[in-house]
Amino acid sequence: MSIKKAALAAAVSFIAVSSAFADDIKFAFIDPLSGPMGPSGEAGYTSFLLAAEHINNNGGVNGDNIVVTGYDNKVNPKESLVQLQKAIDDGARFILQGNGSSVAAAIIDAVNKHNQRNPGDEVVFFNYAAVTPDFTNDGCSFWHFRFDAHADMKMAAITDYIKNQDDIKKVYLIGQDYIFGQAVAAAAESQLTEKRPDIEIVGNELHPLAKVKDFTPYIQKIISSGADAVITGNWGADMSLLMKAAAESGSNIPYFTFYGGSLGAVSALGEGAIDRLYQVTEGITNLEASDEQYALIEEYKTRFPEYDYYYHRAFNTLNAFKAAAEKAGSADPIPVAFALEGLEIPEAYGTLTVRAEDHQAQQNLYISTVAKVDGESVKYGVDNIELGWKLLDGGKIDASAAEQPTTCKMERPAKP
Amino acid sequence: METIVFALLNGVIYGLLLFMLSSGLTLIFSMMGVLNFAHASFYMLGAYFAFTIMGATSFWIALFIAPVLVGLVGAVVERYGLRRVHANGHVAELLFTFGLAYLIEEIVKIIYGKTAVDYKIPDLLNFHAFTIYGASFPAYRMFMLFIAISMLIGLWFLLKKTRAGLIIQAALTHPHMVGHLGHNVPLIFMTVFGIGCALAGLAGVIAGNIFVTDPAMAVQMGPIVFVVVVVGGIGSLEGAFLASILIGLIQNFAVGINANFAEIFWFLGLSPTSEIGDITISSLAPVMPFLLLVLMLIFRPRGLMGEQEL
Repeated sequence: MSIKKAALAAAVSFIAVSSAFADDIKFAFIDPLSGPMGPSGEAGYTSFLLAAEHINNNGGVNGDNIVVTGYDNKVNPKESLVQLQKAIDDGARFILQGNGSSVAAAIIDAVNKHNQRNPGDEVVFFNYAAVTPDFTNDGCSFWHFRFDAHADMKMAAITDYIKNQDDIKKVYLIGQDYIFGQAVAAAAESQLTEKRPDIEIVGNELHPLAKVKDFTPYIQKIISSGADAVITGNWGADMSLLMKAAAESGSNIPYFTFYGGSLGAVSALGEGAIDRLYQVTEGITNLEASDEQYALIEEYKTRFPEYDYYYHRAFNTLNAFKAAAEKAGSADPIPVAFALEGLEIPEAYGTLTVRAEDHQAQQNLYISTVAKVDGESVKYGVDNIELGWKLLDGGKIDASAAEQPTTCKMERPAKP
Repeated sequence: METIVFALLNGVIYGLLLFMLSSGLTLIFSMMGVLNFAHASFYMLGAYFAFTIMGATSFWIALFIAPVLVGLVGAVVERYGLRRVHANGHVAELLFTFGLAYLIEEIVKIIYGKTAVDYKIPDLLNFHAFTIYGASFPAYRMFMLFIAISMLIGLWFLLKKTRAGLIIQAALTHPHMVGHLGHNVPLIFMTVFGIGCALAGLAGVIAGNIFVTDPAMAVQMGPIVFVVVVVGGIGSLEGAFLASILIGLIQNFAVGINANFAEIFWFLGLSPTSEIGDITISSLAPVMPFLLLVLMLIFRPRGLMGEQEL
């Protein structure tokens, strides 16, 4: 545990002690907090800590405090189940996880089983980043809520944009070899064939998750394929390393990504990222926003200077929880889950609706690319360099346009 | 054709880098009979030291100072750690280096944080050396090639052409005899350990900026280095060299192969849509070294050029 985290934990526990009359609502954050994907987990964890702190300082949830505890799962599904059990034994009834759909799938399964076997002791899973579409389609669960747009939604945003780029004739797909990367590739293939049948998919590459250190051979394969654009769902180190190799190769093929905002990806490309690296997110710091939002972004950066305000959805998740718990008048899992269904909350960049049918959050999506920090339209840089994300012209996709149909047939418990 | 050229270039560079790391490890192994689990940690230290020194001065100074510093750290570890533990046998030494790897990682995390540091290649080398088949080849990689080859020649010269090298070679196999001849064997061991660590540090200096300099880099590189040493034959420098180049080439060539199992094992009636038939060679690239390791241990346990069996 780093010194900063220890101090933070101390601060959080101090708040908890100072308001001992209030009950704690325990959240377990199960994600990688060490290893190659550690920074991704840490950035999410710090976002949840700050979100919880803001809610607690503003009266909490029905007077109770949110306590978020981190459990390191090393992006390993097996390890995650051990941590999940530990978290449940520690009294956590709300689980937060996002890095790795392989992990999310294991948690959904475990939570379903747990709830079936332990009536009255249910657990709810808030997924803030694992975006395999299946979780809110055929594999949907009443106990699972997703606050990030899923792969099909993000891919629809990307393909809608590519649709109008006539100079893109050949597309290369590269992704991580597990359920998420496969879902991204499948979505890209089917959507491109539908929207731009003339586009040729010149490569469909899957590489092992978090194992490749040098992407140069992959990049050279991309270049020799003659691709005009690359689509990737890579995240964490796999994203920043891919960009590092791309920068070295000197090619200027544009990259359409889900997670170009991964720590280090922009700095790896440097100025080469300008108008070349694209990402689809639920918000970027350089959007028009309220003063409170700007203050929040700045507070995050001051408190956690190694990271950037990126996990906006972490704040959305806890704010939606607060709204649901207040609507239900209870912070117990079942009433909260029912209250979340169909819930609509205002958030910094629009409105977030939790679709009742499949528990998939519907929100505006934004396609952005990298630009130089100019203090006006690009106010905040990332990776501690003078480059930041800038909304594309026409890059805003309204929640209604981003919405995708679902095949979910939700089985609900008896309403309390 | 272009795939072959690129795979050759990258494979050789990666292979030489692996050799830089594994040469130290294999020297240390033949000397002490123990695999140094912390070896990749010295590689990491090299990258972090270079990052720090580069921040204060320049890359060129870091290129010389950082490996020396890493070598000194290695020498201190040998003198005040390993040498004492040595009395308790190989298992104790193994556990010591195992613990040391974790210790170094945690210290690095405390000092530099858990995320990657922005260790950049020097501006002077930040250009494209040449362009082939539409992709440019960074000058820095040519520089890596140059450093690696210089190191190779330097090491060969030191071990085969100097008196010091003669004594080191003798001490590796017959330490008691060398001791009786009046040489300070513990000092030789410390020096070899230091040089081995310095070489790992040098690899860190030139590779840390092209890969990623983060606390996980040691853990990621560690297993591959062991594969090199085992495949090459424990204790054999020539073997380690061959194995490094072999692994570098295999990994780079595998990525370029698009064929899947169904196409290769068509005679078994494997369907391209089945679970196994769908696997492509390129997706197996990172596993290749370990496959090689397993096969080597089954069919030729002493490695390519090793003299002793594991």
